[in-house]
Amino acid sequence: MIELVRAGRSFKARRTTVHAVRDLTFTIEPGEFVGYLGPNGAGKSTTIKMLCGILTPTSGTVRVAGLDPSRRRTTLARRVGVVFGQRTTLWWDLPLRDSFDLIRHLYKVDRKVFAERLEELVETLDLGEFLKRPVRQLSLGQRMCGDLAAALLHAPEILVLDEPTIGLDVVSKAGIRDFLRRVNAERGTTILLTTHDLGDIERLCRRVMVIDHGRLAFDGSLEEFTAGESSLEEVVTRLYTGS
Amino acid sequence: MPAPGHGLSSCRHAAEVTILYLKLIHYSFRRHATYVGAGLAGAFTNSVFGVLRAYILIALWQARPGLGGYDVTAAVTFCFLTQAMIGPMQLFGGGLTLPERIRSGDIALDLVRPASLQLWCLAEDLGRAAFLLLVRSLPPTLLGAALFGITAPADVPTLAVAFLLGLLVSFAWRYLVALSVCWLADDRGVATASMLLMTFFSGLMLPLNIFPGWFGELARALPFAAMVQVPSDVYLGTADPLPAFAFQATWALVLLALGVLATRAIRHKVVIQGG
Amino acid sequence: MVRTYLLLAWTWTRAAAAYPLSFALMCVMSAVVAGLDVVVILIIFANTTSLAGFSREEVLFLYGAATLAFTVADTFCGNLDRISQHIKAGTLDTMLIRPAGPWIQVATDRFMPARLGRIVQAVAVLAYALTALDLPWQRLWMLPVMIATGLVIFAALWTLGGAAQFVLVDAPEVTNAFTYGSGQLSQYPFSVYGRDLVRGVTYVLPLAFVNWQPGLYVLGRADPFGTPEFMRFLGPVAALLLALLAAAAWRRGLRHYRSTGS
Repeated sequence: MIELVRAGRSFKARRTTVHAVRDLTFTIEPGEFVGYLGPNGAGKSTTIKMLCGILTPTSGTVRVAGLDPSRRRTTLARRVGVVFGQRTTLWWDLPLRDSFDLIRHLYKVDRKVFAERLEELVETLDLGEFLKRPVRQLSLGQRMCGDLAAALLHAPEILVLDEPTIGLDVVSKAGIRDFLRRVNAERGTTILLTTHDLGDIERLCRRVMVIDHGRLAFDGSLEEFTAGESSLEEVVTRLYTGS
Repeated sequence: MPAPGHGLSSCRHAAEVTILYLKLIHYSFRRHATYVGAGLAGAFTNSVFGVLRAYILIALWQARPGLGGYDVTAAVTFCFLTQAMIGPMQLFGGGLTLPERIRSGDIALDLVRPASLQLWCLAEDLGRAAFLLLVRSLPPTLLGAALFGITAPADVPTLAVAFLLGLLVSFAWRYLVALSVCWLADDRGVATASMLLMTFFSGLMLPLNIFPGWFGELARALPFAAMVQVPSDVYLGTADPLPAFAFQATWALVLLALGVLATRAIRHKVVIQGG
Repeated sequence: MVRTYLLLAWTWTRAAAAYPLSFALMCVMSAVVAGLDVVVILIIFANTTSLAGFSREEVLFLYGAATLAFTVADTFCGNLDRISQHIKAGTLDTMLIRPAGPWIQVATDRFMPARLGRIVQAVAVLAYALTALDLPWQRLWMLPVMIATGLVIFAALWTLGGAAQFVLVDAPEVTNAFTYGSGQLSQYPFSVYGRDLVRGVTYVLPLAFVNWQPGLYVLGRADPFGTPEFMRFLGPVAALLLALLAAAAWRRGLRHYRSTGS
């Protein structure tokens, strides 16, 4: 579903070249739920932007659903759902309902299919009472639910989530985790999730990838990841600090 | 003998307050100085508009030499001066951080400070104006001089006074507009109306002395004339400095006094009613 | 593409219409602000009967035609000059994950239907000038052509400005000099400007084809700068060339963004 072969991305900044990501090689099969970890500035967002076609890789190849994201950006957009935890993909001043309706048109979703999906999403994410409210008036948790619904309305095969639980309270987090687990299990949607919240990883991901200084530092199952350590925190701290 | 000691302490207090406000001007200058690029971009736009308007004024003064007491050179000079004053006089409105602070509620913090809100804002605004005078006023003036040949100021010290008084009027007006956010749900209407008045009746679009009849007399009597028209006339030497200063100072006092009242009202609203 | 555009614009219009009083006020305000330019022309002609060889009604005709094209272009793609804000805030990234072109999304983002007030104002001035001038109807076919030409030229300018902002992220105001400056420039007969400036805005940046060259034809006047007669009809060609250039520049800007990820 997602395939990176020696993918690299460097930026030129004042005579020096910064390698945000280098030699990244991994494959994600359909239906997987992968946690993508790494300290701030390790290259997580760069990877995600390459997967969505927002950034063009400087070396290697990236294939998502068999397509080159930077060349087939709009075609791919119909098959991928993206959520940025730090900023909304919804229209800030429009009521949630209008945002959803725009998405229906932009992604050319059949009206009947759309109505069914929306109803299901509104019910599971408990969005009913917020539909008429402009996005800017929603709380962070409500907005994130709205963003998740928006990313799933066109029934994407792949869901890419960049820190979806950032800043949320315990209850909202639990709700969103539960929802993501169901999406992965029931629809078979492939999910790639970056997060700083180890709870997300522990409760959701069967596979963990860690990126550090632009290189893949670990790629394996959650069990392998935590093997021989008492807690996830310790593993991560050890990896991040390089000790 | 309490009197001399008291006098001394109040003297020291005054010095401290002066230093505080000078520091505020300095900080504000430095804060704006981080946006040199934007300032120069604005200067570029002002210069382009200066050139375009200069041609129109030249065409008009060729048809009517000596119109409004200006010759062609004076009209062109006036044109570039008005473009140069857009930045420091903040003719398109804004320039104050007050509306954001009112909307975010931070205004309550400003009001509990043991300093006058109005003076505090004025100090910040003077810092802003000083910076914009450098990056947004000099380029259009120099360009005008290079392309069309503009006249030098008649008298620099009187120009400085007229410019400062103009700044006071501009600040006092924008302060009132900014505070109006407190009482209005939608402040865009007031902001647009203010921009309209400041751009049109300041002399930015055409010299006010060629506005016809009663309309001209009205335009020349409004406070906006004190922001651009009067300083420009002092620059050109086409206005007597003393009546010009008196006109500007009167409007500055009136608007600043209204600002004091408005500050009191907002203090009452925020502190006593709790927002 | 047109469908997507209208859909997005209509959604914003509906959102604005949710506050009818505020919406009406902004419509009136934008018409009044734009009307100031007409007041300037009227004040000029309160002091003279002719400006650079043109009468009040002729100037109002040139103003009306250019301003109509300008305000329509501004309404429909003026928001392109906010691209640098979208780059800084990261909202361009959220547009790039959608299956629609970023040009449409940026142009319609916060689409302001209140700008319609200015279009109405321009139409009113143009209608007045046409009635007052009593022009021969044989030449009036040029009017819709010149307005469409102007519309394309201004839209291309905004696109070029937007493309430039991919590079000038920190000083986007520079592009205002070109977009709004061009609008200001074409409000007056070009005979007021210097010969070199007019050459520049004829052969380099084809602003002369917004209203000046075709306007001379409609008014039945010879060009004071002495350009040949066939120049009056070159507008659509010039507009097409500029539009192609703008499209290429926009693509290039977008490619630059996607390869730097600023």
